Amino acid sequence: MLSRTADNLYWMARYIERAENVARVLDVTYHMSLLPSDSSNEADLWNAVLEIAGIRDIYDRTYKEINATNVILHLVMDSENPSSIYSSLRSARENARAVRVAMTTETWENMNTLWLEFGQYIKQDLTQSGLGEFCEWVKSRSHLFRGVCFGTMLRDDAFSFVRLGTFMERADNTARLLDVKYDFLMSQEEASAGAVDYYEWSAVLRSVSAFQAYQKVYSDAIDPLKVSELLVLRHDMPRSLHACYDEIMPIIEQVAGSRQTEARRLAGELHARLHYGKMLDIFKFGLRDFLDEFITANHTLGKEIQRSFLSATV
Amino acid sequence: MTQTAKQFFDEMQAYGGNTRAIYQAYDRWLAKVPTQQLVAKRAEAEVLFRRVGITFNVYGEEDGAERLIPFDVIPRMISASEWAHLSKGAVQRVRALNMFLHDIYHDQEIIKAGIVPHSILSNAQYRPEMVGVNVPNQVYAHVAGVDLVRTSESQFYVLEDNLRTPSGVSYMLEDRKMMMRLFPDLFRQYPIAPVEHYPQVLLNNLRSVAQTGVTDPTVVLLSPGAYNSAYFEHAFLAQQMGIELVEGQDLFVRNNAVYMRTTQGPQRVDVIYRRIDDDYLDPLVFKPDSMLGVPGLLSVYRNGGVTLANAVGTGVADDKATYVYVPEMIKFYLGESPILQNVPTYQLSKEDDLAYVLDHLPELVVKEVQGSGGYGMLVGPTASKQEIEEFRLRIVSKPSNYIAQPTLALSTCPTLVEQGIAPRHVDLRPFVLSGKTVSVVPGGLSRVALKEGSLVVNSSQGGGTKDTWVLERDEINIETAQSQMAAQQMNQEVVTC
Repeated sequence: MLSRTADNLYWMARYIERAENVARVLDVTYHMSLLPSDSSNEADLWNAVLEIAGIRDIYDRTYKEINATNVILHLVMDSENPSSIYSSLRSARENARAVRVAMTTETWENMNTLWLEFGQYIKQDLTQSGLGEFCEWVKSRSHLFRGVCFGTMLRDDAFSFVRLGTFMERADNTARLLDVKYDFLMSQEEASAGAVDYYEWSAVLRSVSAFQAYQKVYSDAIDPLKVSELLVLRHDMPRSLHACYDEIMPIIEQVAGSRQTEARRLAGELHARLHYGKMLDIFKFGLRDFLDEFITANHTLGKEIQRSFLSATV
Repeated sequence: MTQTAKQFFDEMQAYGGNTRAIYQAYDRWLAKVPTQQLVAKRAEAEVLFRRVGITFNVYGEEDGAERLIPFDVIPRMISASEWAHLSKGAVQRVRALNMFLHDIYHDQEIIKAGIVPHSILSNAQYRPEMVGVNVPNQVYAHVAGVDLVRTSESQFYVLEDNLRTPSGVSYMLEDRKMMMRLFPDLFRQYPIAPVEHYPQVLLNNLRSVAQTGVTDPTVVLLSPGAYNSAYFEHAFLAQQMGIELVEGQDLFVRNNAVYMRTTQGPQRVDVIYRRIDDDYLDPLVFKPDSMLGVPGLLSVYRNGGVTLANAVGTGVADDKATYVYVPEMIKFYLGESPILQNVPTYQLSKEDDLAYVLDHLPELVVKEVQGSGGYGMLVGPTASKQEIEEFRLRIVSKPSNYIAQPTLALSTCPTLVEQGIAPRHVDLRPFVLSGKTVSVVPGGLSRVALKEGSLVVNSSQGGGTKDTWVLERDEINIETAQSQMAAQQMNQEVVTC
């Protein structure tokens, strides 16, 4: 298929996934902020949201203080912020519009409806109680998007690039979430009481819809090592890094065909690390370092995908 | 129903007397359907069209102004015998025009014979780059839209030949789909010739004009992109033919061949159905600032490395200044007499014609020779005094830029408008496809001027479209003849009330 078309499909899916992940983190953080705590904690909490999205410097350009209202405004509506839900959904729809012939009618109509419905939310104040419902809406539109692609698209390259976009973005988001949260929680481990710890870790799990999965898999108290294992190595946890690479690797093998590309090698290497890795080893190495390396490698893979398949270089 | 204006021939009512035979069954059906129901059907169509995104952009309007071309639910019918005549005439015309294009870029016999003046070689649409270039099968206009108008029961005229990148065929196909959805019963009653195979015929033709030696040609549709007014049609046709819809940035030239950039690496392209004007095709040869084209494309094309459809340089044949010579071309190249007639045309480059036209501006239609889309034209009978005087100045400053024609009494067709069903002027654009053979799919784009009295049917000027029903036979069904009397009575009642 045309590189330009593949590029549009891939980014459409990435942006939808990005919007969903921002909504997930916002939602959970907002609920956390309702727990009794002192105000310095609130700033830390919302700062973590900015760190996960990787937009602290953009934020600082506009806002002096880190608080709930500012962070929510910045991450939901701010058109200057390329990672805001507004920017992501707009970019997703623009990419969709450019290639509407390459997708099924249902997929296009779904993207279009999403954008039209979003127009209704823009008019509301989302910094307070409306936020929860809005985040639910973003998540459900994202579920619908994946569902309509899965349920209606021919299993050709177009479908592959849509899926590839979803999982590349998801892997990045899960890794960042764990990276920031783990760091944040471990740094105050000494100070924090057990109850807060429990809520903090369960919030991490909830933000990737993994709370129930955790209970089911471990039926045990929430423990940082097990949380990490669930989000990094468990192949049956749909937002884990391993699960993402279980999708990414075969897709790259398929779209590469007989070509030996760096993208293919790198995807295989990353997949092998997650497939054969042991959590204890990762902890010995340092989870933080492991995740940082992963985020960089995942980013490099993104660039290789761009170079080999999407950017139309000869 | 308002009474048909007597001075215009009406496709359904002729001159207001008896309903024409092919329309009788429809007329009886229409009499039974409340107007409200038609309005509801039209609203349903609008919702569907908008959902599918059959919109067009109007130049000069705010960004994002996607509008629907108004769709009328009352079909325009053409009898089998009329179609036989029209299609034969259109095919004849396009065959001659293709031969003319080959000739004008090779031996120029028609100039030597004194039929077409030498000055044609200085026409802005004449492309010296095409001289001596051989195109497969000697086909230049692979897709031609021949605009026809009717002025009486038996009189049709060719208004113009569109040989560059004619558009509108997606409306022929989508209007049909819509009508079958809205009024399935009528399709059971009428022997309506199908048009759905148009994309297949087009694709076969495009494949047949690949360079010799190419066994399984890759065909693409080259579009200026999503902001072009006809983008919907480009996307639609590419999808229907199952070919890639590409933009200039997707193609590149290497080693005398054109490639497209794909996820599997570069892929050779053999035939480009281009919907970009000549001027924008190749920035190395034409407009240097064009971002739409492909640098080096023309050089590959001239060397036979790729086929362009339509060919470069067809504009010289559909120019309004060339139009007057088409009947002579038919005689010259085919040795046949023209089946379809031209509208009598005054060439303002000729002194006598100019004098006459300037004296009769309020009666005439004046057109710019290179204009299209209804821009830059004067319709004398509906223009204000001031508009006429302004146009007069433009003509005098450069007469050769204009032609003039008598105002034609274009036929009308019943149309659903605000006041109910009323006659509105229509034209017809069948699409003639040339490859190994020349053919026309039985149908076309029927455009209707929705404004009362207006003769300009262009969508950019507020025109709408109708489904065009070409009948496969003229006897509709037995029931028709028997209830003819009843239908006539019903008509009279309607007219007198």
